[in-house]
Amino acid sequence: MADDKTNAAAYWSANVRLIAGCLIVWALVSYGFAILLRPLLAGIPVGGTDLGFWFAQQGSILTFIGIIFFYAWKMNRLDKKFGLEE
Amino acid sequence: MSQFAINILFVGASFALYIAIAIWAKAGSTKDFYVAGGGVHPITNGMAIGADWMSAASFISMAGLIASGGYANSTFLMGWTGGYVLLATLLAPYLRKFGKFTVPEFIGDRFYSKTARLVAVVCLIVASLTYVIGQMAGAGVAFSRFLEVDATMGLIIAAVVIFFYSVLGGMKGITYTQVAQYCVLITAYTIPAVFISLELTGNPLPPLGLFSEHTDSGMPLLAKLNEVITDLGFNEYTADVDNKLNMVLFTLTLMIGTAGLPHVIIRFFTVPKVADARWSAGWALIFIALLYLTAPAVASMARLNLVNTIYPDGPSAEAIQYEDRPNWIKEWEITGLIQYEDKNDDGRIQLYNADSEAFASTAESRGWEGNELVVNQDILVLANPEIANLPGWVIGLIAAGGLAAALSTAAGLLLAISSAISHDLIKGALNPRITEKGELMAARISMSVAIVVATYLGANPPGFAAQVVALAFGIAAASLFPALMMGIFSKRVNNIGAIAGMLTGLAFALVYIFIYKGWFFIPGTNNLADIPENYVLGISPLSIGAVGAIINFAVAFTVSKVTAPPPQEIQDLVESVRYPKGAGIAVDH
Repeated sequence: MADDKTNAAAYWSANVRLIAGCLIVWALVSYGFAILLRPLLAGIPVGGTDLGFWFAQQGSILTFIGIIFFYAWKMNRLDKKFGLEE
Repeated sequence: MSQFAINILFVGASFALYIAIAIWAKAGSTKDFYVAGGGVHPITNGMAIGADWMSAASFISMAGLIASGGYANSTFLMGWTGGYVLLATLLAPYLRKFGKFTVPEFIGDRFYSKTARLVAVVCLIVASLTYVIGQMAGAGVAFSRFLEVDATMGLIIAAVVIFFYSVLGGMKGITYTQVAQYCVLITAYTIPAVFISLELTGNPLPPLGLFSEHTDSGMPLLAKLNEVITDLGFNEYTADVDNKLNMVLFTLTLMIGTAGLPHVIIRFFTVPKVADARWSAGWALIFIALLYLTAPAVASMARLNLVNTIYPDGPSAEAIQYEDRPNWIKEWEITGLIQYEDKNDDGRIQLYNADSEAFASTAESRGWEGNELVVNQDILVLANPEIANLPGWVIGLIAAGGLAAALSTAAGLLLAISSAISHDLIKGALNPRITEKGELMAARISMSVAIVVATYLGANPPGFAAQVVALAFGIAAASLFPALMMGIFSKRVNNIGAIAGMLTGLAFALVYIFIYKGWFFIPGTNNLADIPENYVLGISPLSIGAVGAIINFAVAFTVSKVTAPPPQEIQDLVESVRYPKGAGIAVDH
């Protein structure tokens, strides 16, 4: 059963790494582009305003959807790769 | 057909549909009642989560908040959607794998403590009850505006309908009515938005219209909006905010609060597999985004429309005569949600920012003596079809949509409350030997009692009812979310650590809120006035949940470190929720 344990541990650390990546993007588009970094992006015009405003009212939501589907798809592959799917 | 008859027809037809679904989806077991038998398709569940999530606040109030706050209130858009990323990656799949019926049950089992379970039950009931009162009150308002019945009578009608499908069908009945309610509410929300977007920008898709050209002026819509409102002394719509720390913390509180709200989490228990829990989070966000991407467009377009209505020749020309005001203003004046006072006796409606010092001299030179039109933000979505001169059936649809949003969220919350009572309190603590049949009966009785209490409080709202954002999201963020996350991602956090963390996080957040909003929200008992100058580091009481969460994590880890680690079987439990495959993996010792 030692193999199972190593396998499971590898699966979990792969998952945690994937989550960390997803949450970096999640924080970057919302707290980053839409709020804290908005002044830096002020020079990029989008429909009468700037890129930061677009991320605050539209871009971040679209990115969130992308992140969740990417995570679900990637996890399905991880589940299979490690033989842990239901 | 009169507008009243059309409204009755739309609302009546939607209610008949919900009741028909209730009869079809009757719950036969506790599994049906708590988790809809566990066989809901992820897309169906995504739609039900959408309706469960989008409350009267999302449907009625959010566009108004954005219209008045502009960029600064983007926090609601990001905060109420970003939580789904946390749900999909940090909570939903593992709690689904755990495979039980309620959120307090996970906390009680994982932290091997009845006290922890009880703390979770109390947090759940306070957060959900605050939330549900708002829904009931919202339903009452929608009834009184569109169906011309007294608000209390409207509330009782709403309660009877909810009673029918939630007591009979439990989660099973609620799930399928929520799917129907989602379809009603999203249609009602988007149709007027499409017409308004077409009218102003020529683009039929409101989210694209928001960043398009304003047809009349040839300028970008948002630039035009900035121009006309700054001409009236308001801040630019797209203006940046100074206090970024508070904006970040408020958004974070809304996000982790969303992820920690039990009525949302239990919806993920209804899907067959762990993978389905991940997919349904994605589908849920797609369905939610249809409204959340439309709302900012509705907000800016409605604000521009309002200024154009009052100043048909632009803000530098004269405002319209009160006598010539459009019909929808007259209608809403009757409800008191639009108020006019002719302060300079010129018979015209001057709408401007009377609080702006920079604008005071302009106002004076134009002979204005104060803002004369007060528009309640909440009417924006409801009045949209009238503002855009849309046919009567669209108004009927809006009435049915607003009620669908309020009822679907209320039912989800009531289920979370009743299952906490019947499953966590009665079966978990008072009478563990209760039979399946007895528990199902107990669940139905607690649901009925919860409906009666919520209806009563909806008609007579206590002081805390207005504090949904502070109280429900603050509690979920400061107490429930961290406990759930540590329960999955740490094997070291033990019973004492978790309880200490939840209690300190909660106490810290509540005390900070009470200092500014009054102790237990009793008016006049606040220690400091609720104004930004008094906030510590500029952090508003609405944003404090995120700080409470950080304190919760810190206390739980520290206390756990100096006390005994959890027993082996608990560590095995943590292992088992991490892997989608059934029992046995890595639990072999």
